[in-house]
Amino acid sequence: MTVTTDPVALNQWVPCAWDGQIPVGGSLDTMIFGQPIHVQRTGEDSYRVAAVDGTTERELPVQVRYTCVFTTLGDTPRPLPEIAEFDEADRRITGCGNVGVNTSPYRLVENFLDMAHFAFIHTDVLGALDQTEVLAYRTEHRKEVDEIWAIDCTFYQPAASKAATGGQLTRYVYRVMSPFSVMLYKNVVTDPSRNDAICVFIQPKRETECLAYMPMAIVDEVSTVGDLIDFQQSIFLQDRVILENQRPALLPLDPTSELPTRADASSIAYRRWLKAMDIRFGILEKQAA
Amino acid sequence: MAIRLYDYSLSGSCYKVRLMLGFLGLEYERVQMNFYPGRQHRSPEFREINPLGQIPVLEEDGLRLRDAQAILCHLANSHDASGEWLPRDAERFGPVMMWLMFAGGELMAASAARLHDALGYELDIEEARRKARAAFRVLDDHLTAREIAGARWIVGDTPTIADVACFPYVALAGDGGLGHEEYPALRNWMRDFRRLPRFRAMSGIPEFI
Repeated sequence: MTVTTDPVALNQWVPCAWDGQIPVGGSLDTMIFGQPIHVQRTGEDSYRVAAVDGTTERELPVQVRYTCVFTTLGDTPRPLPEIAEFDEADRRITGCGNVGVNTSPYRLVENFLDMAHFAFIHTDVLGALDQTEVLAYRTEHRKEVDEIWAIDCTFYQPAASKAATGGQLTRYVYRVMSPFSVMLYKNVVTDPSRNDAICVFIQPKRETECLAYMPMAIVDEVSTVGDLIDFQQSIFLQDRVILENQRPALLPLDPTSELPTRADASSIAYRRWLKAMDIRFGILEKQAA
Repeated sequence: MAIRLYDYSLSGSCYKVRLMLGFLGLEYERVQMNFYPGRQHRSPEFREINPLGQIPVLEEDGLRLRDAQAILCHLANSHDASGEWLPRDAERFGPVMMWLMFAGGELMAASAARLHDALGYELDIEEARRKARAAFRVLDDHLTAREIAGARWIVGDTPTIADVACFPYVALAGDGGLGHEEYPALRNWMRDFRRLPRFRAMSGIPEFI
């Protein structure tokens, strides 16, 4: 495809590498929204990103946060979200590299928001086949930050995290921070007063070709970084199978094309929000009758 | 008789060993490897354990073994009193070895396609998929002939380490953008394999095969 002309998509910060992926002095060729880009690591903490068109380069803004290198093609991008947990001293901050997923970025966000699949796809870990009900929860459009939140979510989980030693009723809060990023807060197994923060930032290479980055800020004094990553990747590779089998891969925003249930309230709120911002990239155009 | 496995959940090769340990009912200590993104298997420390920089590695009673296929042979040789997982008779031993080498050889093209699609490895994806399809074709043809002969497993009347070695990268094909549609005999065989006692799935193996 050619580069998207969708101004909403262009004005988002998206990840284009994970911090540490490129050795100092090295570089990486990748793509965002159909635009080839060149990511150079110029120093320990400094990167240069440029859009490449043939032999000409246009330098793009860059920032390194949440274990990722972010860039944007837009002139007035929506700011990156603030996630306070990443600044807490005792948190285990780790990325999980990135994982390729061939579907539209919105399918990834919706899968992340969905609790109904836990028992069936993450059986014995994030859900159990005898406790599949998604209890009622609430969704909010927080206008001051223009984010979609799902609150008061609970789900029975046999092994909610690497630190878990038994089943628990896990409390979740979901937060859609941009069309291409989403996170959750789930109560820490060992300290119910605190929440683990787990994010997904999506690099849309093309409309149905994405890289998913999963930075986490975890409260866990015991597990190794390898343990934490292995747990998260194992979950995500289970999701990847169903994600790549969803049809159509592009997201329909017409409310009659896919029928939601009450458990999909967060997804409904997300789709309405996408529709209101008139995003076009990766969206299934409604066919004429 | 402590067994230790240097393991990574998403590795299909480690999964071969985990399956075999499960089928044989063996307890083991798991050493978590940060394969991706940490590339711990290529660290100088791990090269002391396996100079090839590959997982899995299995340790037992002073033995240190690399290569999933070699480890399957060792586990069946040392821990399977029935002798069925690694049959020693002339009729079955050679064919089991042959399909074991196939699992560690031609079939690994499907692993390459998966590493490309999921973990961003830079390689010729079309070439990897073409080779994987060619390998699937060979195994599917073999299993079709076995079905016609009234048999279910790759060699003999019971599952062997050849089935264990071949299953992961056939079942994980979807992770590398390879469908099972063209391989009906592989699908039948995978369904039978999944029904074995103590079978455990891993991430990326669809429920609907």
